Amino acid sequence: MFRIALLAAAASLALPAAAGDEDLKALREEVAQMKKAYESRIESLEQRLAAAESAQEKSPSPQHGAVSPPAAAGGFNPEVSLILQGQYRRMKEVPERAITGYWPAGGHDHGGAERGFSLDNSELIVSANINPYFRGLLNVALKDGEAEVEEAWFQTLGLGQGFTLKGGRFLSGIGYLNEQHPHAWDFADAPLMSKALFGEHYGQDGLQLKWVAPTDLFMEFGAELGRGAGFPGSDRNKNSAGASALFAHLGGDVGRSHAWRAGLSWLTTRANGREAHFEDTDAAGPNEVEGLFTGRSRTLIADFVWKWAPDGNPKQRNLKLQAELFRRTEHGELACGSDVATSPCLGGVGLGRLRSAQTGGYAQAVWQFMPRWRVGYRFDWLNAGSKRYDPATVFAALDPANAYFGRHRPQRHSLMLDWSQDEFSRLRLQFARDRAMQGVSDNQVTLQYIMSLGAHGAHKF
Amino acid sequence: MIRTIILIAMLAAALPLHAELRVFACEPEWAALVRELGGDKLSAYSATHALQDPHRIEARPSLIARARGAQLVVCTGADLEAGWLPPVLRESGNAAVQPGRPGYFEASQFVTKLEIPAKLDRSEGDVHAAGNPHIQLDPRNLLAVAVPLAQRLGELDAANAAHYAARQQAFAERLRAAIARWEKEAVPLKGMRVIAQHKSFSYLFRWLGIVEAGTLEPKPGIEPGSAHLAQLLKQARTEQARLIVRTPFDSPRPGEWLAERAGIPLVTLPFTVGGSDKAQDLFGLFDDTLARLKERAP
Repeated sequence: MFRIALLAAAASLALPAAAGDEDLKALREEVAQMKKAYESRIESLEQRLAAAESAQEKSPSPQHGAVSPPAAAGGFNPEVSLILQGQYRRMKEVPERAITGYWPAGGHDHGGAERGFSLDNSELIVSANINPYFRGLLNVALKDGEAEVEEAWFQTLGLGQGFTLKGGRFLSGIGYLNEQHPHAWDFADAPLMSKALFGEHYGQDGLQLKWVAPTDLFMEFGAELGRGAGFPGSDRNKNSAGASALFAHLGGDVGRSHAWRAGLSWLTTRANGREAHFEDTDAAGPNEVEGLFTGRSRTLIADFVWKWAPDGNPKQRNLKLQAELFRRTEHGELACGSDVATSPCLGGVGLGRLRSAQTGGYAQAVWQFMPRWRVGYRFDWLNAGSKRYDPATVFAALDPANAYFGRHRPQRHSLMLDWSQDEFSRLRLQFARDRAMQGVSDNQVTLQYIMSLGAHGAHKF
Repeated sequence: MIRTIILIAMLAAALPLHAELRVFACEPEWAALVRELGGDKLSAYSATHALQDPHRIEARPSLIARARGAQLVVCTGADLEAGWLPPVLRESGNAAVQPGRPGYFEASQFVTKLEIPAKLDRSEGDVHAAGNPHIQLDPRNLLAVAVPLAQRLGELDAANAAHYAARQQAFAERLRAAIARWEKEAVPLKGMRVIAQHKSFSYLFRWLGIVEAGTLEPKPGIEPGSAHLAQLLKQARTEQARLIVRTPFDSPRPGEWLAERAGIPLVTLPFTVGGSDKAQDLFGLFDDTLARLKERAP
């Protein structure tokens, strides 16, 4: 605008004073036309500028700039993480370490039962969203000369209405600790309860369906069908499911500083010729024979977790209380087998019905009293429970002094102190007084490290 | 037992759902922004509050329950919530809010991020591959996020799309006027040298021309140690740092230690909505942040 006025002024100044009226008129008209043309051009420019400005607001402005690609979970696809774990352990030398009164779970073990320096499993975990509808995860435990598939599953993301379906091999959702891998444990070893019930974990090869209720109080219900090959069941080579589980979880917050979760779980499976070592009553001297159990095993677990963190901020201080209780009932047939000619178990001998009902649990508290430092105490207890069988038949073949028939009440006290530079590295010192075996009181010292490399996924509550 | 559980579950499923759009915001600033844009047409739940460190949240059952009922999840992204949000969303069984779906919104995608690391290695501390995620303290970022967020609200709740668009316009106008006022007020802060606890204030400093003269954390996410603090004390003197700032959730101790020895004040900035009595909404957040900085400025 201002420029046009200047232009007009300059033009009028430049006019020779003597110019004729007509010339002047023509010139004035020309200038007026120019002015008009410029005004309309400037107006259109102003409009374009305004349009550009509003467009800039809608899309990020150059200053607020380049749109970054959406970050995937962990920022890597796939997320790969590796857990390194090892320990030094000082404990008594006990041949055939077992929990008195309990059928030995055998099988699954993460190491750590060795004396001196040892390497625990190294876990390699690969996971990713497969597409918008599925997610997959593989967890392989590596040890000398073997790689064991701990978990290999897919999970739905798009079922909706609170439903999630998981299929493949996975850690069962029963109880609280069962779904956690050893690197997420608060102690260097599993509770006696986990060892007695499942050997350490209960894994399923099968399907899991979960449903979360649409309420502000957390309510989750789950059902599993699986092969049932793991202890307390056994592989039975059949078409139908070998194990089924049901669980329900409730949870919520109390104020800003407290959060809790409680659960109830039920597992039922069958064993066919489940083996354990026994000694027989051979007059020529005891032989080691196979004890065999065939029948149904049912497990009920109640779990409870309470976490406290001032104002919901666990960084400085926090407290975690955790307890699980179980009741296991089994009923079926007991048998024994041996190929020693003088053994009363020669060729496999039935020993009549066996019914048992056993209970136990653990309770623990872990307190982070300052950043990086935590201290924890755990108490484990198991009851011998009741076992019903015909002693005349059973002890005709099997030695009554065997640990399985013992009336001992296994107990253990564990005290741990750990230091974590951050969530990726942890060093732990643990003292335990282990009285899981009748007549053995074992004071154990464990020094452990847990290191996570790579995209270490978030842990569940 | 099982029958009772199923009965309870069926009763719960039959409960009437709220009519308004339900939004799950990961941080209070996004809940506040959603409220600005939605008014009474939606309900916004904030998964965290100002006294919580958004890096260190647990995937609590209550969060899963809230994510289950949400129609839209609004988070910062840039890996800020990587430690807890993925399991919360997966466990919720809510298909609508999974990453990649319209019900999942990441604010940091719509702003230019600072401090994008050239090297990704844990030896550098807990660095975020996508850059510094604490974007909310530059109000111009809020302007940029509000536009696509209002659009998303309109897509999910088409009946009220015009309402969200109109509120976004009104919000942008008010915020632009406020930015002009804040920038004028903050002129004396320009060039001031400040030590921060964590890289929480990079966007604020860049906006106001404040110079970060060091951080109490030796590396992001690594707790301050005594050797680093001693070195920082020297640095505070040579760099002529004027003050130390912390968020309400950072431990005050390292800051107090340095403040006492360096003879400069330790100031707690609200960091997000709800971080102080006066920071009750996004405007209050910046009003109070500036007031606290100016009070201590030379």
